[in-house]
Amino acid sequence: MSVARRCGPPRALTGLFVWHLPKPAVRQMPCKFMHYCGLVNKRWITFQHLNFLKRMYVTQYNKDLSQQAKPKSDPVAPPFLEKKHLGQEKTVIREIRPVSPLHPPSSETLNRNEFKAVNSAAIVEDLATAVGAESKEEKQWKEMKLQLDDLPGILARLSKIKLTALVVSTASAGFAMAPVPFDLTCFLLTSIGTGLASCAANSINQFFEVPFDSNMNRTKNRPLVRGQISPLLAVSFAASCAVPGIALLTLGVNPITGALGAFNIFLYTCCYTPMKRMSIINTWVGAVVGAIPPIMGWTAATGSLDAGALLLGGILYSWQFPHFNALSWGLREDYSRGGYCMMSVTHPAMCRRVALRHCLALIGLSTMAPILDVTTWNFPLISLPINLYISYLGFRFYRDADRSSSRKLFFCSLWHLPMLLLLMLTCKKSLLEKEDKSELFS
Amino acid sequence: MAVAAAAAAVRAGLRVRRVCSGTCRCFSRAGVGAGLLAAERGCEPESRASNFCPPAHSCNDWIGPPDRQSNLRPIVFHIPKNESPLGRRLREFRQETQVWNQQFWASQNVSFRKGKEEFIYSRLKAKGLEMKDETGQKVTLSAEEMADFYKDFLSKNFKKHMCYNREWYKRNFTITFLMGQVAFERAWRMLGWKKTKVEN
Repeated sequence: MSVARRCGPPRALTGLFVWHLPKPAVRQMPCKFMHYCGLVNKRWITFQHLNFLKRMYVTQYNKDLSQQAKPKSDPVAPPFLEKKHLGQEKTVIREIRPVSPLHPPSSETLNRNEFKAVNSAAIVEDLATAVGAESKEEKQWKEMKLQLDDLPGILARLSKIKLTALVVSTASAGFAMAPVPFDLTCFLLTSIGTGLASCAANSINQFFEVPFDSNMNRTKNRPLVRGQISPLLAVSFAASCAVPGIALLTLGVNPITGALGAFNIFLYTCCYTPMKRMSIINTWVGAVVGAIPPIMGWTAATGSLDAGALLLGGILYSWQFPHFNALSWGLREDYSRGGYCMMSVTHPAMCRRVALRHCLALIGLSTMAPILDVTTWNFPLISLPINLYISYLGFRFYRDADRSSSRKLFFCSLWHLPMLLLLMLTCKKSLLEKEDKSELFS
Repeated sequence: MAVAAAAAAVRAGLRVRRVCSGTCRCFSRAGVGAGLLAAERGCEPESRASNFCPPAHSCNDWIGPPDRQSNLRPIVFHIPKNESPLGRRLREFRQETQVWNQQFWASQNVSFRKGKEEFIYSRLKAKGLEMKDETGQKVTLSAEEMADFYKDFLSKNFKKHMCYNREWYKRNFTITFLMGQVAFERAWRMLGWKKTKVEN
């Protein structure tokens, strides 16, 4: 929009506006124009404008007539702020109209000097416009240089550290539920080994999915997508986690746990990740991936694959469905555009049916726990309320099939699992009871 | 003529882009001045998609904001002075992969958007509603109503995605392998150079 006239205009010019330019741009302004305008007041520079199309973009230093957020001045803004700025800049960039070349006014009415001045004004005005827009655009470009201070954060995001922590906690639950005396060293080795294996698997997953992650809102800020780390480094990191992790599990714990860890990495990276784009069966494969860590915990403690291990694995397997199916319900647009084969897109009714089915299965599996001597009979009773609640939400999701019911089910699944495992731990069949029982029968 | 071209660019909903002749490859979207600035730095951006020129002193690649159409971030690759044939092969392959990726996802996203709008239009028409409501806002359908479109779009593009996936995995592995080779070669050279320095 036009602002107060500050320069004496040649006749043919139609409007004025005020520009705020960043400091480096100001330094580059040719002196000629500064003299011509006769008006330089710290950061204010006024130009004349012969545009045929209206300009909608004005920024004032005092923000009085601000129609746009100030350009990002800090090149190392934290990621979450960066996201906001990008959004703001994007919306404004859309509204900018291009600057047409300035047509010199008729030479009959102007003398040569004025003509030259107008031309230089035009060029310099273009320059200022260009510099303003370009410096903003330039600030969004980042040098692909690995910053060592950022490396821990980058690697944490690459390895999906929060998911890894959840995986390690399920493995720890499996270890703790095993009917053997608790061995701290073994427990720590198992946790570290499982954690490293999970980091490796997650890093490879992100390495495979860069262009797909770029196109989905949920994943577009991952390190490889943003170029914060090179693919080579990501693969090297994955290898440097996988090898010590599996070695630790195989040599420090036992071969079964090591084999399960290696198998899980393979299943996640080479089966689940590519299958996401080929068939809806990927969800079932992914559920197995989620079920293996507690089995690993159990085998780490006992050294054998018992019924109890399979029960724990079964509980985690069933839990994956309400969790993932509810999450995927809200991502259908991104999945469709990105080419992901998910039940929520291709078979919506099946998606909801399977989620409900497995919510009910959790009740059944909780009842199996005392039968297999994993817990006392208290466990199915005290876990009934939360199991019934998640089943109820599963039923609502099945019936209503809308965003709100899917979100409720998803958020419920987030606290349901830790709660269930905790209750299981409190109802664990003590070793003494078991020994008494076996004595009775002998 | 440039005005018409610029107006056409605006109509296409693209970023503001100065459509110039081949001589002004380094000009920015907004005008001549930026091109002069860029020319001062003595660079020539390779890709048509971005006109960003990294500062002359930088010896790293530069990554930009996500492209409006493909959502992929363009990279301007740095050409080192003593680039080996292997390094050159890697850079050119990465550049080619970038262009190929850009084409695929840009066309994919554009066809998705178009298909979505057509679907919304046909559904609203069937309901007897207008595209815009009283306040002038675009009417959107709920996710449940859009579900048919999502399913249809996914199945229509399935084969295309299969081909793309295969190609992408191949390229990704090749790039990473080449990166490993280049890193190894660089380390070997540095070791060899250090050895001769020590000997001298």
